[in-house]
Amino acid sequence: MPKLTVNGKEVEVPAGATVLQACEAAGEEIPRFCYHERLSIAGNCRMCLVEMEKSPKPIASCAMPAADGMVIRTDTETVKKAREGVLEFLLINHPLDCPICDQGGECDLQDETMGYGRGASRYAENKRAVTEKYMGPLIKTVMTRCIHCTRCIRFLQDVAGVPELGAIYRGEKMQITSYLESALTSELQGNVIDLCPVGALTSAPYSFHGRPWELRKVETVDVMDALGSNIRVDARGMEVMRVLPRLHEDVNEEWISDKTRFAYDGLKERRLDRPWVRRNGRLEEASWEEAFEAIAEGLKGINGDEIAGVVGDLNELEGMYAFREWLKTLGCTRVEGRQDGTRLEPGVRAGYLMNSGIAGIERADALLLIGSDPRLEAPVFNARIARMVRNGCRVARIGGSSDLTYAVEELGDDAALLTVLLEGKHPFTKVLEKAEHPALILGQGALMRADGAAIWAAARALAEKLGMRVAEKAGGSEEDAGEPAWNGFNVLHTAAARVGALDLGLATEGGIAAILEDAREGRLKAVFLLGADEFDTSAFANVFTVYVGTHGDEGVRHADVILPAAAYTEKHGIYLNTEGRVQWAEPAVPPPGDAREDWTIFRALSDVVGRRLPFDDRAALLARLGEELPFIAEIDVKPDAEWGEFGRAGDIASGPIPTAVGRFHFTNPIARASRTMAECDAVCHGTSGEATGTNG
Amino acid sequence: MHRHLKVVEDGEPFAFSEDNAAEVKRILAKYPPARKRSAVLPLLHLAQRQNGGWVSRQVIEHIAGMLDLPPIKVLEVATFYTMFNLKPIGRYHVQVCGTTPCWLRGSDEVFRACRDMGLEKGRTTDDGLFHLSEVECLGACVNAPVVQIDDDYYEDLDYERMKAILEAFRRGETPKPGPQVDRQFAAPEGGPTTLKEHVK
Repeated sequence: MPKLTVNGKEVEVPAGATVLQACEAAGEEIPRFCYHERLSIAGNCRMCLVEMEKSPKPIASCAMPAADGMVIRTDTETVKKAREGVLEFLLINHPLDCPICDQGGECDLQDETMGYGRGASRYAENKRAVTEKYMGPLIKTVMTRCIHCTRCIRFLQDVAGVPELGAIYRGEKMQITSYLESALTSELQGNVIDLCPVGALTSAPYSFHGRPWELRKVETVDVMDALGSNIRVDARGMEVMRVLPRLHEDVNEEWISDKTRFAYDGLKERRLDRPWVRRNGRLEEASWEEAFEAIAEGLKGINGDEIAGVVGDLNELEGMYAFREWLKTLGCTRVEGRQDGTRLEPGVRAGYLMNSGIAGIERADALLLIGSDPRLEAPVFNARIARMVRNGCRVARIGGSSDLTYAVEELGDDAALLTVLLEGKHPFTKVLEKAEHPALILGQGALMRADGAAIWAAARALAEKLGMRVAEKAGGSEEDAGEPAWNGFNVLHTAAARVGALDLGLATEGGIAAILEDAREGRLKAVFLLGADEFDTSAFANVFTVYVGTHGDEGVRHADVILPAAAYTEKHGIYLNTEGRVQWAEPAVPPPGDAREDWTIFRALSDVVGRRLPFDDRAALLARLGEELPFIAEIDVKPDAEWGEFGRAGDIASGPIPTAVGRFHFTNPIARASRTMAECDAVCHGTSGEATGTNG
Repeated sequence: MHRHLKVVEDGEPFAFSEDNAAEVKRILAKYPPARKRSAVLPLLHLAQRQNGGWVSRQVIEHIAGMLDLPPIKVLEVATFYTMFNLKPIGRYHVQVCGTTPCWLRGSDEVFRACRDMGLEKGRTTDDGLFHLSEVECLGACVNAPVVQIDDDYYEDLDYERMKAILEAFRRGETPKPGPQVDRQFAAPEGGPTTLKEHVK
């Protein structure tokens, strides 16, 4: 622990810290462009120069390791002049086009020039100019503004694991580009927009749409995957203008995936903004009263056991609870929350949570992926696994062999391998046995198989056998004392609503397949879909179907009544992420048109159909919900779920494991309505190109 | 304006020749397997030699594949060093030093000789014989002005001598490299001026 003096103040910093971190520990602000806490150190912008005793010239504090007895000064005339000099040089070739630059108002170069600059330039020569570079549909480039901090290059290399950007040429001619200007392929590429300290890389969909000071900033959580990334939704008037990440060390650090960041334009397209009722085979606009009457009419003569409800992927706890409670008043208890067909079942929470936690999994030194593709299912989480691999964690996978950006030992695409591993006949069993913190991640792809319950049970057996579940280490060595319990059994969900749905017990015998079967056979007379769009609804063609949701997607195809609901940016809501962490979403904008928050729809409907629900406001609803699920009061805490029996013993058939996320950009109705996502998908799958007629 | 980089495609896919493949093995053996990307510079150099003095897109992608590198990382190296040519270069690459010592000793005259022989800076002559580049210090200032033609230095040049050299190349001859005046390497013109008694 080196001790050093910063501006006469003594600070002690951890070994390996840099002088810059020591200065920050002493409360000094050090301006910087290239340095970033989460990236490797480049030391090329020179903005962080400070004075060190016995050094003849200023030192770059970001790259200098802090050492015992250093005497640092950041408030001298030399440091001031050094900063002024660096800024003057940076601005020599910077266009100063702030009035037409999207970064204006949130630009590091602007801020630091205000704070540390000279105020005027002595440079009268022509500035250098650089042509724009194509990087794909998400990132707009104005490369003349680039100050060559190389943060974008380092992010793609260190965090995203897809080193696609580089700096060609050198010196004044240096240019940041991808190889021959191909589109970037990383699912995390949007983060370079936040990292860019100037306006060289800006958001293409947001370009020229707003200024930061015009936006209303609402802190909420994301629903595009089951990670529950913390986001900030920037809105103006009725419109979501952009989505940015918010720092949460235990969930998303400060990154978000491109779907989280860019799918927001899907909130404005294909929205259901008023109720619709099917009359004589055609959907017609209706008022809420007419829609409710149509539902009452449609349910006439139908028994509770002839009704089913299906919950979608993006729903918050309150809506699902009200949905279930209202259906209960009709005598219907058949509510299914696993529209992807996963065989997970409610009961033992540890069986369907990520027990080691998103951050906690970094303790693992051997990891087995079972039918999971974290790169597509949770790209931000995948970046964490990539870091684990760099730190020496061994990762093996049963299932498809897509590129995860890091080295994976591919055991093969055969679910029966799990049995082999369990019997200890596989070399990787040894690796897991020897590991101090072995872990497995069970993906929805494996659980979606017909023998998913058996796979679930086998994964539990594997976890138990290989000591993936260790209670508090007692009586161990001195070092182990107090080490928290380790549970390496992890389920990676793909839907933001799934953990909440399972907590609410929204699982039925036979799952979604049985519901569709009964609908086709005529045993099911009415079905209610709450934002459920991820399966083929043609079985409901002759069933009275009510769709409550946000978008005109798959779910409305055979709907007889459509009730417009609020999307995740438009309502209060509790979401439980894949580790069971309770997080609150806040509305950033009002729902469009006549759309309402989901729970209020069922409350209002309960006045007309069924029995009146016993809550009139959200507080009353939460009070009841809290009685059933007391853990929702523990906000933003990773729960330690009790271990227990789960899964169903059975044979695991040999055969490949399906993928849970086929097309990353199209996993939910919001993303499917988004033009930006469609462009990304076209770039990914090479379907873009010339077409005649009105193509877009 | 710093424009887009255009990497020139070669008509044919690139692969190291049999002799060079052995050399590649020797180069790769110098680095630990986990650090094999360090070989990018010698491999690019070798490939440029084999490929007639320039690095094509095929070369970059071939080397990237060999070293498990993203192609951009190879391109970074190939563009950083001006010694790599990213477009076809003539039969002879004429690199005239224009840095101060050579300039003071008459590199302008050397350029004039090149011009009069039909060479233009940054261009390849129509017959595909010469490509002229102006380069920074070649490190042979004591024999200024200096020109590097492919691997050889031609030193102590003036208008006439430069012209003679280019004409000789045009005739298909290879003029003697080194000083073009009567001296050995960087020794004084006309023979030694000091320590004569030691010369037997």
